[in-house]
Amino acid sequence: MTGHEQDALSGRSDFQAIAAWVRPDSAVLDLGCGDGVLLKYLRQTRSARGYGIDIDDANVLACVKNGVNVIQSDLERGLAGFDAGSFDCVILSQTLQAVRHTEEIVLDMLRVGREAIVSFPNFGRWDLRLQIALGGRMPMSPELPYQWYNTPNVHLFTIADFESFCAGHGIRVLERIVLHHGRPVTTLVNFFGSLAVYRIQKAA
Amino acid sequence: MAPEGNARPRSVGAVKPQTLHFSEPLKFKSGMVLDAYDLVYETYGKLNAAKSNAVLVCHALNAAHHVAGYYADAPDNVGWWDNMIGPGKPVDTEKFFVVGVNNVGGCFGSTGPKSVNPATGKPYGSSFPVVTVEDWVNAQARLADRLGIGSFAAVMGGSLGAMQALQWTIGYPDRIRNSVVVAAAPKLSAQNIAFNEVARQAITTDPDFHGGDYYGHGVVPRRGLRLARMIGHITYLSDDAMMEKFGRALRSDSIGFHFDVDFEIESYLRHQGDKFSEYFDANTYLLITRALDYFDPAAEHGDDLSKALAAARARFLVVSFTSDWRFAPPRSREIVKALLDNRCDVSYAEIDAPHGHDAFLLDDPRYHALVRAYFDGMFERL
Repeated sequence: MTGHEQDALSGRSDFQAIAAWVRPDSAVLDLGCGDGVLLKYLRQTRSARGYGIDIDDANVLACVKNGVNVIQSDLERGLAGFDAGSFDCVILSQTLQAVRHTEEIVLDMLRVGREAIVSFPNFGRWDLRLQIALGGRMPMSPELPYQWYNTPNVHLFTIADFESFCAGHGIRVLERIVLHHGRPVTTLVNFFGSLAVYRIQKAA
Repeated sequence: MAPEGNARPRSVGAVKPQTLHFSEPLKFKSGMVLDAYDLVYETYGKLNAAKSNAVLVCHALNAAHHVAGYYADAPDNVGWWDNMIGPGKPVDTEKFFVVGVNNVGGCFGSTGPKSVNPATGKPYGSSFPVVTVEDWVNAQARLADRLGIGSFAAVMGGSLGAMQALQWTIGYPDRIRNSVVVAAAPKLSAQNIAFNEVARQAITTDPDFHGGDYYGHGVVPRRGLRLARMIGHITYLSDDAMMEKFGRALRSDSIGFHFDVDFEIESYLRHQGDKFSEYFDANTYLLITRALDYFDPAAEHGDDLSKALAAARARFLVVSFTSDWRFAPPRSREIVKALLDNRCDVSYAEIDAPHGHDAFLLDDPRYHALVRAYFDGMFERL
């Protein structure tokens, strides 16, 4: 692994948690795959056969440079081109908060993938709550480094919100890891966690 | 005057076409047989010792083997994909050995309808076998044999050329490691066949066509070819690109109240038609449009493209252009879907370019950067 990739991975502490859940040799679809570093990591560590989806020209080019399969496509238009159950695992890594059609995308992931992995920044962490409660300003953090006026994150939500969403949509949570600064958080996760990673499945 | 030194930077320079004679009969999909034939081709760069760096470039409707560089005696005759192929270009001839070939049935040196049939001493004309993409690929494989190329690092093409790059992965899955499929479709739509039919009708109803055996009459169906080219040209451009380039600009100060040329676009189309009718053979035009119509690898697999591509082992780069309405992005996505079904390695880019189908020949920086990155990766894996 090059130093650059190491940096990219350490900056994305959810990658190792995701990789631990991806079974060896499985077919993986990574939605909003960016430069494809996660897929490259999954190929190296899990011999996963992966494909990324991204709309951005620069990301598509970066994936090709990284030797990763990428399909240029707009997530917001759904996964209509993909058959039900055609992937072992569909991943949405720190992208759910940036999509408009949140509900449709999660349900489509669970149609196309036998299971899905979703990670997102937890808006319920205590310091973010404090920033808005006491400072009266929209919160910022290492996971949410944007100003309110330039953020790509159009749907900020908390761990509690996501779990309530799952319960209301017939989605079974298979596993959950909550992190802060790359370390697992085990108590009061919605209060202390900054990044949540879920392995989910459509309830039978 | 011939260009010298850095007058044409990053060009492969002056090139010479070569010809190979094949005496082993070529059996066509139609059942017809050509006992012997010639293929004319050009090569750029050097075949490495392992013979692993060969790239075949397949041509579309009106192009041929002259892919890159120029001819010493005709410096303005620059290869049709010269912006893509050359030293330091996306397909870098310092790394790859690139082969361009005029397909059988062509009119630029390979055996085609205007060639003399040794059995009769006259041009083949209407008796030339109807060719298919599969036939072309079979002939290209024989050229590869003769050049000592066991497997191509890549076969690439745009439009009809892309269909050949796709067919290689079906017909010769062990002889192609990468397939670069640009502005393609897995088969023509009814509208596409319809355009081809209008072009063919223009040619075959020209009084100078003589049932395809016009050579002996000392004429060519120039009017038909001209029309065919004009129709084709309209469909290769987008409405926006045409409006941008020509608008409603007039040739003179005011409209003339006649049916001769008023608008710039008319002048342009006539010029394109005239030029084309001077160098292209009408029978070849018929054959090539038919090859386009007939290409449908899924047909033999219950219209299931995924099954048709089940044998494919290559990696794929598929590229489409948003304004290409003749081979629109959804057609490329059909190919991508079939490749995904087979878990083939594939990357797909949809380039937001305004130029229509012709975009595949232009040097859009996003498109070229992508092809460059793909070939760089390929080179690392050689």
